[in-house]
Amino acid sequence: MNRPRPLSPHLQIYKPQITSILSILHRMTGVSLSIGSLIIVLWIVSLSLGAESYSYFVSIANHWFGHLVLMGFSFALYYHLSNGIRHLFWDAGFGFELKSVYISGSLVVVSAFIMTILTWSFVYFF
Amino acid sequence: MNNNVMRSDLGKVQGLGSAKHGVGHWKIQRITAIGMIPLVLWFIPSLLITILSGYSVSIEWIKNPFNATGLILLIGTLFFHASLGLQVVIEDYVHSEGLKIISITFIKLLSILLGVLSILCVLKICL
Repeated sequence: MNRPRPLSPHLQIYKPQITSILSILHRMTGVSLSIGSLIIVLWIVSLSLGAESYSYFVSIANHWFGHLVLMGFSFALYYHLSNGIRHLFWDAGFGFELKSVYISGSLVVVSAFIMTILTWSFVYFF
Repeated sequence: MNNNVMRSDLGKVQGLGSAKHGVGHWKIQRITAIGMIPLVLWFIPSLLITILSGYSVSIEWIKNPFNATGLILLIGTLFFHASLGLQVVIEDYVHSEGLKIISITFIKLLSILLGVLSILCVLKICL
């Protein structure tokens, strides 16, 4: 009972593949978004405290570093959203063929980039 | 467990709990995920437009009861979905039973705290 159990090969043994990378990225973006939800809390709290505290929030958010964080946040959000929809299709029993998995995976990455670029073009040019 | 011989197969596995509430957790994670899709697609453009327009426009935007409802639903669904997701990640990577229970409880209490705080701020603005 107490002898060491055999271990399965660890993650670093395997060659990185698009499927496994996208899978772990879903978790990583999920955890990042959970932490990033603090930004939404800060936004609504500062807004409820009045114009002065809100302008303080905006001045931090509008710093170049604030923009960088928000860009990362928006990309994580769009990736998690797109890949989440991909997961819901799997849960419903669709798209399990290897070819579909590759196509939907590429679609997810492309749509995450396009939505991020659209969002920030809107911020900077409108 | 010395008298295992005297116990039935069912008795031996009872209470060891493999799945516990796994199905309910799985299901509510999907339901909140589906809920997040329209909420996020509505929230992002609205937020961008109001934030870029400044303080008074943002306040007016939240004072609209439909926007306030959407915002409260978004906050509730977000923290529910996040705590379910973080729970699964903790269960997968934290192997010490005590630390696991403590961190999951901490995540759940923190989610409730942040959710209540945010919703109260929305109510304060719109009421």
